[in-house]
Amino acid sequence: MLHLEWIDYLIMVIYFVFVLGIGWVLKKHMKTAGAFLEAGRSMPAWVAGLAFISTNLGALEVMGMTGSGMKYGMLTTHFYWIGAIPAMIFLALFMMPFYYGSKARSVPEFLKLRYDEKTRGLNAILFAIMTILASGISMYALALLMNSVLGWDFNVSLWVSAIIVLVYTYLGGLSSAIYNEVLQFFIIVIGLLPLVILALMEVGGWSGLKEHLAPIVEAKGYASDAYLTTWKYTGNMKGNPLGVEWFGILFGLGFVMSFGYWCTNFLIVQRAMAAESKAAAIKVPLIGALPKMFIPFLIIVPGIAAIWLSSIHPDAFKILGLDSAHPRYDYTIIALLQYYLPTGLLGLGITALLASFMSGMAGNVSAFNTVWTYDIYQSYIRPVTKDKEGDDKHYLTVGKITTIAGVLLSIAAAYIAGKFGNIMDFLQTIFAMINAPLFAVIFLGMFWKRTTGHAAFVGLLAGFFVALLHHGLTIPFGSDTMFKGGWISNMMGIENIYVYPVEMAQNFWTAIFAFTTAVSLTVGLSFVTKQQKSDAELTGLVYSLTPRVKVHVDEWYNRPVVLAVIVGVIMIGLSIIFW
Amino acid sequence: MGLDIRIPIGLMFTIFGVLITLFGIFTNSNADMYKKSLDINMNIWMGISMLVFGLFMLLLVKLAKKNTK
Repeated sequence: MLHLEWIDYLIMVIYFVFVLGIGWVLKKHMKTAGAFLEAGRSMPAWVAGLAFISTNLGALEVMGMTGSGMKYGMLTTHFYWIGAIPAMIFLALFMMPFYYGSKARSVPEFLKLRYDEKTRGLNAILFAIMTILASGISMYALALLMNSVLGWDFNVSLWVSAIIVLVYTYLGGLSSAIYNEVLQFFIIVIGLLPLVILALMEVGGWSGLKEHLAPIVEAKGYASDAYLTTWKYTGNMKGNPLGVEWFGILFGLGFVMSFGYWCTNFLIVQRAMAAESKAAAIKVPLIGALPKMFIPFLIIVPGIAAIWLSSIHPDAFKILGLDSAHPRYDYTIIALLQYYLPTGLLGLGITALLASFMSGMAGNVSAFNTVWTYDIYQSYIRPVTKDKEGDDKHYLTVGKITTIAGVLLSIAAAYIAGKFGNIMDFLQTIFAMINAPLFAVIFLGMFWKRTTGHAAFVGLLAGFFVALLHHGLTIPFGSDTMFKGGWISNMMGIENIYVYPVEMAQNFWTAIFAFTTAVSLTVGLSFVTKQQKSDAELTGLVYSLTPRVKVHVDEWYNRPVVLAVIVGVIMIGLSIIFW
Repeated sequence: MGLDIRIPIGLMFTIFGVLITLFGIFTNSNADMYKKSLDINMNIWMGISMLVFGLFMLLLVKLAKKNTK
């Protein structure tokens, strides 16, 4: 267990004061629904850009990625380089102009403008459920962590952290969430920075790491540098610790999963939609991509160093339970904090974890808020009336109440996750399956004007069912629970169609099947159904029907294409260096 | 939206920097405490870095104000 001193608590308290203070300062600007739910579309590109990646850098992400560093080594960087950067560049250059230009206030609303009501409704409802689930699961994980590591009471940790998030999102809406995400970004980076510095010093830099890891890695049956390379051993899935071959990584992760996540997840896209102008919105994902590429050094590399550290100091890493059948890799970062940080910096490190949790949760709450208020409440429960001013007041109140409701629902979900953890993880896996078909539908909608609403709806739904079917009929090797797949075959008492070597390969292929189904059905049905929208209605939503406006930018370094090239070159450079 | 986020960031890290640096100086004689951070007083190092970062943020705010005037 970690022991904190007064100085550690003081750091934490100061952080909370600033977080709440930001909400307080923004309170006076929250006069309209637009200001509260869309941040008044006023964010500078760099603020929205940092919020863009910060909201993705939730506590489960930080803990999970350090754990994956220990489990899979440098191959974990695929989630940051090939698995994020191409999608972020694509989102910026090709999709943001339509998301932003359409004036849609959310991704579901874009579906309504481009297709029809039913497609929007389906997406809005699934998204709302998914956000609450995600938020609940991460709250549960955080409270559990605080309980087991710091000895804090589970209920108190859960409620106090939830209430802090509630207060600052209630006071300042999306703006408050975004500004706080920027603050959180810096504290996560600075708070965790000592870990990688000290870890690399102790192992003797990269070459020392290589040397120390070699015997451990060879003992596991891999080539001696298998944990420090990214693509080198992906020719065959048995040769690398990730257990996936290059095609699965490139197409499954790098294309289907990552484009599905980065280009359609409203939680992420909302940050770019809050930018002050179309030019700024285009830059948001590109600005976010720059620090994103270097986060692996902050959280994955210490995890890799932990492979060696835990072998020479098993006592210090006992918390991971590496000798048991189910090691808790997720706690790697905690073990490292405890191992390296003296009183003072330890408080900062724990505050960084709390900050990452809050940025993730506030992101979920603010996205849920917008989708519920605009896409569910305004469309199905109380549509707009003639009284514009009265409407705005009304929706602002609804948005504020939804913030409270969203947090309470997340707390409920957290308790359910505590009782039925497996079921919650299972549900989250299931709901994540909607991403790949959603990307197919939005992509076709933006670049092919023939795509019809009926076709999109069927494509979305069928892609989801195919994903369910695939997940229900296949299992990862060694799985002993139905929650990891094979539940259909189990219920029907038949053999599983395929056994994947690892769970990740199964996930990649689930996404690939869902995506392919959605594309082929949407394309096929678009030919046989009638386009309900006229060309005029589709202007600004479809590439070929939107007049190209040349945005004049003076500084060369501010041009999106230049930024995109810089981002792309750095990503390729990193991939080659760590090949 | 009426808030320059660099102000709170700058203030917070300046405060953190001062606190952690001072704490590092006062505990400098405690060799046991810094054994885990490889016998380096990381509090002083990180404290000074945070102080510099915080002040830099505040400087940017000041320069931006000057430019708009």
